[in-house]
Amino acid sequence: MGNYYDRDVEKRPRIQKLIDDLYDHMPEIEADRAVILTESYQETEEEPIVLRRAKAFQAICEKLPITIRPGELIVGSNSKVARGCQVFPEYSFSWVEDEFDTFSTRSADPFHISEEAKQQLHEAYKYWKGKTTSDLATSFMTEETLLAMKHNIFTPGNYFYNGIGHFTVKYWEVLELGYEGIMRKAEEELAAHTAGEADYAERSAFLKAVIICCKAAIHYAGRYAVLAREEAAACQDPVRKQELLAIAANCERVPAKPAESFYEACQSFWFVQMLLQTESSGHSISPGRFDQYMYPYFKKDLDAGKITHEDAQELLDCIWVKLNDLNKVRDAASAEGFAGYSLFQNLIVGGQNEEGEDMTNDLSFMCIEASMHVHLPAPSLSIRVWNETPDELMIKAAKLTRTGIGLPAYYNDEVIIPAIMNRGVFLRDARVYNIIGCVEPQVPGKTDGWHDAAFFNMLRPLELVFTSGEDFGEQVGPRTMPVEEMTSFDQFYDAYQTQMNYFIRLMVNADNSIDLAHAKRCPLPYQSSMIDDCISRGKSLQEGGAVYNFTGPQGFGIANATDALYAIKELVFEQKKVSMEEYKRALADNFGRGFSKERITFLTKEVAEQLGAAGKQVTPEIAAAVASGFRDLKLPEETVKRYDELLKMIDELPKYGNDIREIDEFAREVAYTYTKPLEQYKNPRGGRFQAGLYPVSANVPLGAQTGATPDGRLANTPIADGVGPVAGRDVHGPTATANSVARLDHFIASNGTLFNQKFHPSALSGMEGLQKFVALIRSFFDQKGMHMQFNVVSRETLLDAQAHPENYKNLVVRVAGYSALFTTLSRSLQDDIINRTTQGF
Amino acid sequence: MSDDYRKIQGRIFDIQKYSIHDGPGIRTIVFLKGCPLRCKWCCNPESQTRDIQIMVQNGKEKTVGRDVTVEEVMEEVMKDAAYYRRSGGGLTLSGGECLLQPDFAGALLRCAKESGIHTAIESTGFAKFETIQEKILPWLDLYLMDIKHMDSKKHKMFTSQPNERILENARKITDAGQNLIVRVPVIPTFNDTPEEIYAIARFARYLKGVKEMNLLPYHRLGQDKYEGIGREYTLAHLVPPSNEHMEMLKEVAESAGIHVKIGG
Repeated sequence: MGNYYDRDVEKRPRIQKLIDDLYDHMPEIEADRAVILTESYQETEEEPIVLRRAKAFQAICEKLPITIRPGELIVGSNSKVARGCQVFPEYSFSWVEDEFDTFSTRSADPFHISEEAKQQLHEAYKYWKGKTTSDLATSFMTEETLLAMKHNIFTPGNYFYNGIGHFTVKYWEVLELGYEGIMRKAEEELAAHTAGEADYAERSAFLKAVIICCKAAIHYAGRYAVLAREEAAACQDPVRKQELLAIAANCERVPAKPAESFYEACQSFWFVQMLLQTESSGHSISPGRFDQYMYPYFKKDLDAGKITHEDAQELLDCIWVKLNDLNKVRDAASAEGFAGYSLFQNLIVGGQNEEGEDMTNDLSFMCIEASMHVHLPAPSLSIRVWNETPDELMIKAAKLTRTGIGLPAYYNDEVIIPAIMNRGVFLRDARVYNIIGCVEPQVPGKTDGWHDAAFFNMLRPLELVFTSGEDFGEQVGPRTMPVEEMTSFDQFYDAYQTQMNYFIRLMVNADNSIDLAHAKRCPLPYQSSMIDDCISRGKSLQEGGAVYNFTGPQGFGIANATDALYAIKELVFEQKKVSMEEYKRALADNFGRGFSKERITFLTKEVAEQLGAAGKQVTPEIAAAVASGFRDLKLPEETVKRYDELLKMIDELPKYGNDIREIDEFAREVAYTYTKPLEQYKNPRGGRFQAGLYPVSANVPLGAQTGATPDGRLANTPIADGVGPVAGRDVHGPTATANSVARLDHFIASNGTLFNQKFHPSALSGMEGLQKFVALIRSFFDQKGMHMQFNVVSRETLLDAQAHPENYKNLVVRVAGYSALFTTLSRSLQDDIINRTTQGF
Repeated sequence: MSDDYRKIQGRIFDIQKYSIHDGPGIRTIVFLKGCPLRCKWCCNPESQTRDIQIMVQNGKEKTVGRDVTVEEVMEEVMKDAAYYRRSGGGLTLSGGECLLQPDFAGALLRCAKESGIHTAIESTGFAKFETIQEKILPWLDLYLMDIKHMDSKKHKMFTSQPNERILENARKITDAGQNLIVRVPVIPTFNDTPEEIYAIARFARYLKGVKEMNLLPYHRLGQDKYEGIGREYTLAHLVPPSNEHMEMLKEVAESAGIHVKIGG
């Protein structure tokens, strides 16, 4: 046993009250920030953009309505109503107007918006036409790029319409120096340069912008101090009155000055975290190694007897609730790709210091405890795992996993450290890495990682091999060899690589265009004040101020692409059971399984557009006739029968995810078709591209835009999630699946890989269950897997598994004295288990 | 000559990975085909005959039983070596009754030991003791031994065989210094009374070195399989014992002075 504070601490009533208040209404879109920003922009037309951004931030800090929510100990909210959100017209706005009337009724992440706010936004938007980053980015892109995006080969939507986010600032420096200290650094830097220097204009503008932002943040906290004193004066409850006075005292000192107590450090941290999310709409602004930079303040108070573990826990819990108070509205399509109002504020515990020693401490445990207390999606809690990670911490983490919250995610130091060193990160920096957003590793306080830069659907280029680059009547990709003429699998694979390489290049063009647009129109001096080496380089993060610069777009669909390519290799070229023509027809006919409603609408629209382009008028009657043509498309009986045979042949082939070396090594090669070509490209900030392999939740909406694929996947159905196998195709249990996944080259996917596994809580029951679960993670990591997270399923999931067993073939449940694959059990036994699930632990 | 045991053939019907309730750590269970007993509650009825069978499962025909060499099985088993290493797990032989194929079973256990992993068998010990002693015990870390009833007549009625040889072997195996856990499937109408369970517990208590007994509650997992191989499931009327009943039996068994766990 180590000497950690590994205890279950009681959750105080305050925390549940704060949570209840957070969720008692639909989140709301507020117009204040957009109005303030627009007014400020109108007053600064003649100034350098970086100063305009600083002054707009200053205006926001001065004017954004402030509020202290009932019972809070940590204050600072960027919306009047809990879980409300501001909008950011400088990035893009037309979708907001377009969706005014559907925000509250859409299926993914609905928002309320008042008529007054609509009116205010409508006014503000008049200013922004043609002035957004999105407008400028579009103007930088090539025609081919825009065409490829229109055809959904890749989507850089995230940064095309929003801020970048995806960074970790030097929270520790704000705690240590305060903004007064950071401001002093900028002032000294400014004084050290003279007006005769070539880049003085740019440098001095940036440094002045930093100073303005620091003052603005101090001012913002000051407003809270005043408000807290006012509320204290009016407060009848003596306990709350004291709390409000303490809040006022905190806000009078931090973040201006160095934090002197743990409580001040918590408040200071929070102002940084929330203000960053008023400066830009970027998400994945990740607190990172919170247990490390907060620890000195905790330890000092603890040793001095000023704080107990229980009091500190309450403050942590308060921060955890606040992280869920922040919100962001996305366009309807993106909301599906990032479903769940998620901001991906990743907070990681455990791991090493610069010298390679394990740094697990009491706060590491207490952070996990906080997630147990609040049981909410934020923060995205992560844990760093290496040989020296204490088992106690792993067990504590496994207990959290067992609750079914999907947290924490587990990360392997032994892969990530060398993987990012391979990208030019120094050892001492690599050792202190943290995770951004979903799974993306980087060096905190030194990196502009542009993680999550685009979704690249690896199945679309595969579709285009069958049409020699044609998609719905347009030549989108290279005119590769017609599949009918191919005589070897190598020719097919070559064509696939040609399509991949082409679209990867266009995706790079899209990302670099957007990148440049952000540098020109939205440099962010506030966040840049807290990331090395912006101040000494005299430029913002967006202009290349960071020590490490990357662009990390993520590919997904490896499992489907692997099974698909393998099926073609086997059935067409090895066993010669199916001709290429036949395969092509089967895909176009969706294996005779008909077209979904969405697909028919889509196809009809395409035909109508083509008719329109050909000068023919498309009446509603014609459109209806076209649609019914697709709907009633009847294939000859023997064709349908042959397609059934083909599906059966495909089904009988070995699949990725079953610990079959031959297939897994094939998957490794397929992943390389994305990860390797990407390595050669550079971004405008002087950094490199690096691949990630994960789809967030975009495998579902982007699957809906993808036709049938040779692995037997039907048109418009979801694509496999992360680097895992296609749902239902792995049938040999969690170790076999993990072994397959570990055979991929995770080191080259240095922007992160994502591996999900499903378990029933019973498989983790008792200390023995937890220990074996931890052993499973460690064994996967021994084999150089990078990341693992677990969906410990609920009763609802089990019901769904009964209804759709094909999606859950690898779900492990504990039956009586042993575990088994859920879908192999009899109906009655399944019912038994479902009824048992409610018992908890 | 020395590698001959790796070429021995045997008949198995399944290999199950990530087994976490049949011995320490993360394990792989190899199910051997063929059993001298015919327990009415058997959850693997397809394991009983040595013959290769066709079983219908979810409307699909499946061949049950295949002949494999020790080498082939070990290749599959050792794919999870990383997990055994981390968790102290390894190989468990189950069945059927692995003692019906003593050379094959022994060679599997030997190979597992040579690969440095933990070995266990789930067995009812219904074989000549000399065979067990000679072929199995040298390579065995843990014997999970089924003892179902102390009354030989009742034992025969429900399992088709009397229990004298089983009980005698239990004594001989433990006297030989073998680490052993007694496992009792708790079957309503057969052995689920406190008296019957206590009798087994008392017997287990006096086996040399035995410290643990597991009570495995009856379940209906195998029910569909009977239909699948064209047999009738005669226990369809049985209701699995409640958690409360299991807890009560656990207390009773513990009163005999042995550590008792519900489940494996």
